[in-house]
Amino acid sequence: MNDAQMIQTDVGSALSPEELSEIDAELAHVPYKSGAAIDALKIVQAKRGWISDQSLQAIAKYLDMSAEELEGIATFYNLIYRRPVGKKVILFCDSVSCWICGCDGIKQKITDVLGVDYGETTEDDAYTLIPVPCLGACDRAPVMMVGDDLHTHLDEAKIDALFPDKNKKAGGSS
Amino acid sequence: MPTIYIDGQALEVAQGENILEACLNAGMDLPYFCWHPAMGSIGSCRQCALVQYQNEEDTRGRIVMGCMTPVTEGARFSLNAENATEFRSAVVESLMLNHPHDCPVCGEGGECHLQDMTVMVGHRDRRYTGKKNTHRNQYLGPLIHHEMNRCITCYRCERYYRDYAGGKDLGAQASHDHVYFGRHEDGVLQSEFSGNLVEVCPTGVFTDKPFLKHYSRKWDLQSAPSICSGCAVGCNIAPGERYGKLKRVHNRYNHEVNGYFLCDRGRFGSGYINSDARLDYAGIKKTDGRFMAVHQQQAIDTAASWIKNKKVAGIGSPRASLEANYLLRELVGRDNFVAGFSDSEAEIMGTIVRSLKNTTASNPSIKQMEAADAILILGEDVTNTAPRVALGLRQSVRNKALELGEQMGLPPWQDAAIRNLAQDQRSPMMIISAMDTRLDDVASRCVSLAADDIASFGYAVAEVLAGGKSGDVAVNEAAEILLGAKKPLIVSGSSMLHSGIVNGAVAVAEALESQGKQAMLSLCVAESNSLGLALLVDSPLKTKPLTLSKLAKKSGKLDTLIVLENDLERRASNTDIELLVRGGPKIVSMDILENSTLNNSDLVLPAASYAESQGTLVSSEGRAQRYFPVYQPAAERLPSWQWMLQLADACEHKTLSELEHFDQVVAACAASQPLFATLVDVAPMRDYRSQGQKIPRQTHRYSGRTAMNAGVSVHEPQQPEDTESPLSFSMEGLNRDEAASLIPFVWSPGWNSNQSLQKFQAEVDGPLKGGTAGVRIIQSTGAGALQSSEPAEQKLKPHQWHLVPVHQVHGSEEMSANTDEIAELAGRAFIAIGEKVAEKLGVTEGDGLVVTQGKTDISLRVKILSRVAKNCVGFSAGYSETLGLTAGSLVSLVKDQQWVRPTSQMIATDKRTGTQGGSAHV
Repeated sequence: MNDAQMIQTDVGSALSPEELSEIDAELAHVPYKSGAAIDALKIVQAKRGWISDQSLQAIAKYLDMSAEELEGIATFYNLIYRRPVGKKVILFCDSVSCWICGCDGIKQKITDVLGVDYGETTEDDAYTLIPVPCLGACDRAPVMMVGDDLHTHLDEAKIDALFPDKNKKAGGSS
Repeated sequence: MPTIYIDGQALEVAQGENILEACLNAGMDLPYFCWHPAMGSIGSCRQCALVQYQNEEDTRGRIVMGCMTPVTEGARFSLNAENATEFRSAVVESLMLNHPHDCPVCGEGGECHLQDMTVMVGHRDRRYTGKKNTHRNQYLGPLIHHEMNRCITCYRCERYYRDYAGGKDLGAQASHDHVYFGRHEDGVLQSEFSGNLVEVCPTGVFTDKPFLKHYSRKWDLQSAPSICSGCAVGCNIAPGERYGKLKRVHNRYNHEVNGYFLCDRGRFGSGYINSDARLDYAGIKKTDGRFMAVHQQQAIDTAASWIKNKKVAGIGSPRASLEANYLLRELVGRDNFVAGFSDSEAEIMGTIVRSLKNTTASNPSIKQMEAADAILILGEDVTNTAPRVALGLRQSVRNKALELGEQMGLPPWQDAAIRNLAQDQRSPMMIISAMDTRLDDVASRCVSLAADDIASFGYAVAEVLAGGKSGDVAVNEAAEILLGAKKPLIVSGSSMLHSGIVNGAVAVAEALESQGKQAMLSLCVAESNSLGLALLVDSPLKTKPLTLSKLAKKSGKLDTLIVLENDLERRASNTDIELLVRGGPKIVSMDILENSTLNNSDLVLPAASYAESQGTLVSSEGRAQRYFPVYQPAAERLPSWQWMLQLADACEHKTLSELEHFDQVVAACAASQPLFATLVDVAPMRDYRSQGQKIPRQTHRYSGRTAMNAGVSVHEPQQPEDTESPLSFSMEGLNRDEAASLIPFVWSPGWNSNQSLQKFQAEVDGPLKGGTAGVRIIQSTGAGALQSSEPAEQKLKPHQWHLVPVHQVHGSEEMSANTDEIAELAGRAFIAIGEKVAEKLGVTEGDGLVVTQGKTDISLRVKILSRVAKNCVGFSAGYSETLGLTAGSLVSLVKDQQWVRPTSQMIATDKRTGTQGGSAHV
């Protein structure tokens, strides 16, 4: 994704009244302003999809933190996105239970269908594929999340069913 | 004292230590990375692993981290157990997975703690064949070079920069395999203490950028024990030279003064010594106003003909050694000697000397200040006037945290736990100043007052301490925190050139003393030898010493004026300079860099810098310390004390012409007044020998001594001989631990980095084996220095403001400002105003204001501060553009309509390369 697109995706540096009121609600629960840092990042990410430099600076300023301090927190957690992501993020578990249950093949299937590898976003900005170490559903492995939905007992057919449009395109070429 | 057993050997160790400290104290080599004696333990790097056994029967034991394990009676450990050595080797091997193979081109090579530890654990062959992680490096300003790929994630940089030095703009980012230490985006590091990253980083992530531009290996540097001339704190430094150039300045440990750290002015401000503006030869001014270079002897003879049997006066210098000032005073006679302070500074230095000589309070070292548990700062932005002291004050506000830790049974080295426990609870520190100071972020309360009101504030606190009352909340709060403290500290100084503030500080300290408190009183002064010079001219008689303006008035009667390392433009008014220069006397001046006074002289003599000469400086603590030449002065430069002796000799001066050696000058100076008697003990004399030899300035691996000048001449020159000090320009001899004032560099077998310091310390973080360098020469009479003060109130007309000097760590000091990197950071001179005044004047940050003081109009850049006392504006003190402005005078301000905002410019000490902007996120 180029810079122009990155700027477009970000809806502006200043925090919206809605974002501010949600952050204020979190601030009421913490003894130090910086204590609300993670929640503030999540709030802004929920609205904007990801945390741009400008968003990060705006949040840092609001919480009386240095940008470096907040950057340390934002980059520590891999579910805070410091790069633009697609409309939905696919969190694909590649940890031990899912691996035993054959997640490698499923991952390959997703890559074939969507045309993206880990860390990449589909050309139409619909999906970003990211590995996670565990989703806490080992009993139903292999698993992944697409957006807010958990998908369990994955197999190739389920992948085809999940991404029908993509499958058509991918089917044509492979 | 508990007894512990390490590999069967019984060790008596100090209660409260950790095992790593115990091992190092016992002289054992236990590798470590993240632990630092000044910053304690966090147990992050896993390098100081050893095996601990339950009891005598236990043969398996378990791995523990030395830095996180307190000593306990009878505890049993093994350093050499196979699982411990294997573990330590494996840790280094894992660090090496991503560490590049770039030692030959790395600025840390040869003094790299990682190299030392790798050799120490025995890791040799790389088994990992995969790709290494790489990172983008950031532009961090003109002082620090960033090479992130070398990082071993010990977290020392972040812990130093943020936790210790209070910096906000460097942090750890990302996690696991991607950890990155840097800024949010490219830019100049904002801390005044960023340079210590160079020494804190155990490998080459943060290196000395100016040094990299003319790099030499540590083992190729010739070093000498020296004293920083950047301010009056008197930090001990170890400058290194090669090829006749001063290459870099490293910290030299002094337990009571600077410890492990320097400020950036001290570390990076010596570049002027290599400047092209240095004088090489003596010069006599011809009738056309140009100088003709002459030989030393010719210059001396000419000067002597102007001095002998003539009316001569001398102007000394607060940045020249005590010896040079003393010799000048003896040469011209006491009645004809002016210290060389500006009139206002002479007055306040008189006040400070009288205070220190008589006060009932004690004048603390930085080490003692770090123990303070309540601080009141009156009128001083310590970070900009005595930077290293401010770094100490940042530690003293942590005493609250240490106290909380102690209540929980946490030893002071449990750094992360204590910080977590205390959060932002700090010991109280109140700052009473005219404007923002760089310690505001850790202060419990800041009050913005004009100079006179700061003085009154001090007196009001003293009154409350003595049982009086005040209606001012802040005054009562100050009295309360000081009375509640075990070790209260009052900090003030000369930076506002207002004697009332100093007297106010004395009043507070002495009121505490009379309440039975042991109060510390620290007074910051401006230059490296301000206090020494003030002591030299302080007369026990009530006669006031001669001032520059009085000298100017009688300049018509003078035949000759000798100026020692002093640019009068910075000290005297234009009218006085006019009188002195045009008034008739022949002017003989000696200095390091070209300046207006040299250009106005009839005879100029090239003086050696601190790096090429020796002398004694008296710090604001009253500590006399000796600096030694790192290398011999080039061309026909001479140390000022030698010029003085030669002049005295040529004039057949009665007493001085008998002096030949530096030691004799010191002895004569010591004999001149009782206060100076201990000057002879400041450092060993020139006949001192260690194991029968002089102390070598060069490392024993110094390379190319006979070849490095082969490009000029293939004839091997004789090594210069140092007849004046116990040091030699040689690699022969022992640099060990005999005398703390004579350690040119630290090195110990197996320990090539600055971490070898612990081999020179009597115990970890303790004094050096050879004691602590320097002698405190001021013994207070304890009679009390309290002075009543009646500040003269100035009436303000509408649209008038009090002018307050704003000191800058980069830019306000005369010599360092001539260093390219410092000049870049200093930026242009400014006028500092509050937001409301800015609004009233219709200006924003970066606009121009015309400042009118009497008949002087100066256009200055607007800088907006967050807190400014009513009716006050500040100006960047010590900048050449603002020399016409006087602290305390009244000015009017008008928006400069012609002002053009400069397009963002870089002064070309550094060109930004690589990608623009962008953050360092992963």
